[in-house]
Amino acid sequence: MKKLSAAVLGTTFLFAASLSAAQADTITVAVAANFTKAAEQIGQAWAKETGNKVRFSFGPTGGLFAQINNGAPFDVFLAADTRRPELLVKAGKATDKFVYAQGTIALYSKTLPVTANHASILKAADFAHLAIANPKSAPYGAAAVAVMQKIGVYPNLQKQKKIVDGESISATFQFVMTGNAQLGFVALSQLVDPASPAKNIGQYWVPPQNDYPPIEQAAVMIKDTKHAATARSFLTYLRSPAATKIIQGYGYAIPKNANTDS
Amino acid sequence: MIHGHLQLSLTNFTLDSTPFAFASEGVTVLFGRSGSGKSTLLRAMSGLDKRTHGQLNFQDEVWQTGKKYLPVERRDIGFVFQSAALLPHKNVRGNLDYARRRVPRDRQHGPGFEEIIDRVGIADLLERPTGNLSGGERQRVAIARALLMRPRLLMMDEPLSALDWQAKSELLGLIESVVAEYQIPTLYITHAPVEVERLADRVVFMADGGITSIETLAEATSRVDSPLFTEEGPVSVLHGTIGAIEPDGLVPFRSKQADAFTFWVSAHSDAIRSDANPHGLRSKTTRLRVLARDVAIARQCQEGISMLNQLACTITSIAIDTTGPRAGRAVVFLELADGQPLLAELSYRSVEQLGLVNGQRVFALVKTAALIDP
Amino acid sequence: MQIFGSPLDVDPILLTLEVASISTVILLLIGTPIAWWLAHMRSRVRIFFEALVSLPLVLPPTVLGFYLIIALNPNGEITQFLRHFGFEGQLTFNKTGLIIGSVIYSLPFTVQPIMAAFEALPGQVVDAARTLRASFFDRFFTVIVPLARQGFIVGAVLTFAHTVGEFGVVLMVGGNIEGQTRTVSIAIFDHVESYEYAAAHSLSLLMLLFSMLVLMLVYALNRSLQIRQD
Repeated sequence: MKKLSAAVLGTTFLFAASLSAAQADTITVAVAANFTKAAEQIGQAWAKETGNKVRFSFGPTGGLFAQINNGAPFDVFLAADTRRPELLVKAGKATDKFVYAQGTIALYSKTLPVTANHASILKAADFAHLAIANPKSAPYGAAAVAVMQKIGVYPNLQKQKKIVDGESISATFQFVMTGNAQLGFVALSQLVDPASPAKNIGQYWVPPQNDYPPIEQAAVMIKDTKHAATARSFLTYLRSPAATKIIQGYGYAIPKNANTDS
Repeated sequence: MIHGHLQLSLTNFTLDSTPFAFASEGVTVLFGRSGSGKSTLLRAMSGLDKRTHGQLNFQDEVWQTGKKYLPVERRDIGFVFQSAALLPHKNVRGNLDYARRRVPRDRQHGPGFEEIIDRVGIADLLERPTGNLSGGERQRVAIARALLMRPRLLMMDEPLSALDWQAKSELLGLIESVVAEYQIPTLYITHAPVEVERLADRVVFMADGGITSIETLAEATSRVDSPLFTEEGPVSVLHGTIGAIEPDGLVPFRSKQADAFTFWVSAHSDAIRSDANPHGLRSKTTRLRVLARDVAIARQCQEGISMLNQLACTITSIAIDTTGPRAGRAVVFLELADGQPLLAELSYRSVEQLGLVNGQRVFALVKTAALIDP
Repeated sequence: MQIFGSPLDVDPILLTLEVASISTVILLLIGTPIAWWLAHMRSRVRIFFEALVSLPLVLPPTVLGFYLIIALNPNGEITQFLRHFGFEGQLTFNKTGLIIGSVIYSLPFTVQPIMAAFEALPGQVVDAARTLRASFFDRFFTVIVPLARQGFIVGAVLTFAHTVGEFGVVLMVGGNIEGQTRTVSIAIFDHVESYEYAAAHSLSLLMLLFSMLVLMLVYALNRSLQIRQD
C-alpha cells in the first residue's frame, strides 16, 4: 500500500503519504450537495487505497462557504462553483485551487419528447411550468438561462411566467421528477446516476457545451487544516484516473486544462 | 398597637391610608363600600404587595418604613382570603401540614392540631381533596390553616362574602368564638353591617382610598350618620348574656350587670335556630341587635300593653334630621341602666308632644330584637 | 435493524436524541426564569422582550444559523471572551454548536407555554403560600411548579420535539459532519441528495411516528390535566 501511494503521489508526497498511511488520519471534506454520491464513492476508493478516513459534510455551496469563513473544521472544500473557492483563496483562507469537475446541463422531462423536439416544445410553451435553478445563485440556473436565450425562447417563457426557480439544482430536479414541473433544466449527473429515480424514465436533451458558460466546480484545501498532508493526498487522488472515471460516471465532464493556482 | 401611614399606587387605584393608629387587640373591622380601598389597605398592611410604601408598625416591630419592608413570610400573619385560596394540588391535610411545617421553633405553642380541627369542625374532612369541598368547608379549612400557622395577627378579607346564608351564619359564629378564645388580634374586611355589629371591637371606616375615621363599635353605632346604618336606619347593639329557653319559647337576654335589664327574645329567631348547628359555639357574651325604628318611648311604665320589653333609661341626646330621606325624624339616644346606648327613632312631632329633653328618665318599648349571636 | 430494505442510521438518531435531551434540560433551566420574568414584567418593555423571545419562530432557520456562526466563530468576541476563563474549544461545528443553536431556536417553544402557565396561576393561592411563611424558592417548588406543571410538560415536550425536527439551524451551526453533527433531519437531506430514498423514507417514517406520538402525548396530557382540574 505504501509503495502504491508513493507511486501515485510522487516523491514530494512520499513522506506525508507514508505518515498518513501509518497513522490512519481522518479528514473532513465539505462537499456541495450535488456532488454527494460521487464524493462518497471517491472517498471510499481513496480510503481503501491509503488507509485514511474521510468524513463528509454535505450542504449548499453558499452555506459551506459561510461556515468555512466562520471557522468550520473542514480540511477540503469541493464547491459547486469556482467563485466561492476563489474568494477563499483571495482571503488567504484556502489554497491549491483546481477545477475537479465540470457540470453538464440537461433539459429533462418525464412526459414530453424533449430529445428530438426540444426547440419546438420550448417555443410552443404548451406546458404549465419549466423548472430551472435560481440563476442568481446557482451556476446551473445561469446556464439554463443562457441556453434558452440561445434558442430565443427565454423572453417569451418569462413573460408567460412559465419558469419556476428551484433554490438549488436538487430542488429543481425534484420539481421535474415529481411531475410538478413538466420539464426543467437539471444537471446531467442527476439523470445518469445509477441510483437516480430518473434513470431510464422520460427523455432528456443535452445542449451543446458552447451554448452556456462552463459550470466549473473547484476544489480547495483549507489553510487552517491540521491534516495538510492527508488533505493534499485526497486532492491529488481526486485528479487520478480512478477518481476521474467515477466523476465522469456521474455525468460530469473533466476540464482539459484544469487550471491550478495556489 | 398598629399604627402607620401607607401608600400604594395601582394602575387605576391609589391608596393613601392617611396616618392611623388603633389598638391591635380584639377585632378591627375595615368597613366601606366596594372600591373604597379596604382590600388594598389590607394587602398593603400584610406586605403582599411590594409596591407599598410608607410606614407601618405592628406592636413593637417595624413592618414597613419607606420602601423597605419586612417580608410577609416573616410577619406571622394568618391570612384568610375571600376565595379561601387552598392549595389545589393538596388535600385538606396537605393544606394544614403546609402551614404546620413552616412554623418557626419559637412559635410552636398554642392549641394543638386536634383541638383546632375539632373546633373548626373539619375533623371529618382531612383526607378530602380540596376540589369537592363546599364553600363553607373551604373557609373552615382556610381558617384552620391560618390558625395552625400560629399567627400573631389574623387578616380576613371578606371571608363570608362568597357563602350562602346558612354557611355565613355558621362561620360568623365560628370566627367570633375562635378569635375571642385564642385572643388573636384580627383585621376583618366586610361591607355587611351585620358582620360589623357581631364581630367588631372597633371599626376603620374607609372611603375613596383612605381611612375616614376609626371608632369603637359603640361610637360607630351612636351617631345618626354612621355608615353602618343602611336603609334599616340606626341600629343599637347590646352586649349581654343569654339564659335558658322558657317553656313558652322565650329566651331572656340579660345585662352583664346584675338586674340592670332583661330582654325577652323569641326563640324562633334565626340566631337561636342556628344553635342547632353542631359546630355553633356558645360563647358567654352575646349581642342583641335592635333597630331604632323598633323602639318607642313612654314617659311612664306602661300597663295593658302587649310589648313585653319595657326598659328604664335616660335620654342622653336628641338628634333631628331636617334634610334627606329622614327629614322630620328624630333619633333619641338613650342610656340603659348599665350604661349601654340604645337608639330610638321617633317622629319629630312625638318628641315635641312628649316634651323629651336631655337627662329625662323614660321607658323604651322594644317591639322586636334579634339576637346576633347564639 | 432494517426498514424499507435499508439499514437504519443509528448514529444520527442517537445524536439527535442526545442533543434534544440536553437542549430540553438547558431550556427548562433558562426558559423558566425568562418565562417568570416576562410573566411578571409590568412595564411596556415586556412587549419588546416577548417579541424578542418569539423571534426564532419567524426567522428563517438558515438565516438564524448564519448569524449564529458569525457570532460564535472562533475569532469572534464571544469565543474570545470565554478564552479568558480557560475555554479552549470551539462553539460551532460540534455538539456544543448543535446545542447552542437548538437552545436559541427552540426558546419560544419552552418559554411560551411556561409563561402562559405562570400567568394563569391563581394569585391568591401563591399569596396564601407566602403568608404561610414559604420563601420564594420554597413556594416556587411547592406551589408554583405543581400548579404550572401543565405548562412545564407541554413546554418540555414541544421543545424536545422541535429540537428533534430542526434542520436549518443545525445544518449551519453544526456543519453536517458525518458522525459528529449529522442529525436525523440532515441525514434525511443527505439521503435525498444521493437518491437513497429508501433510507430517507425509513428515517422520515421514524420521525413522523415519533412526532405523532409526542403530539398525541401533549394532547393527552392536556386533556387529563384539564379533567383533573374540573
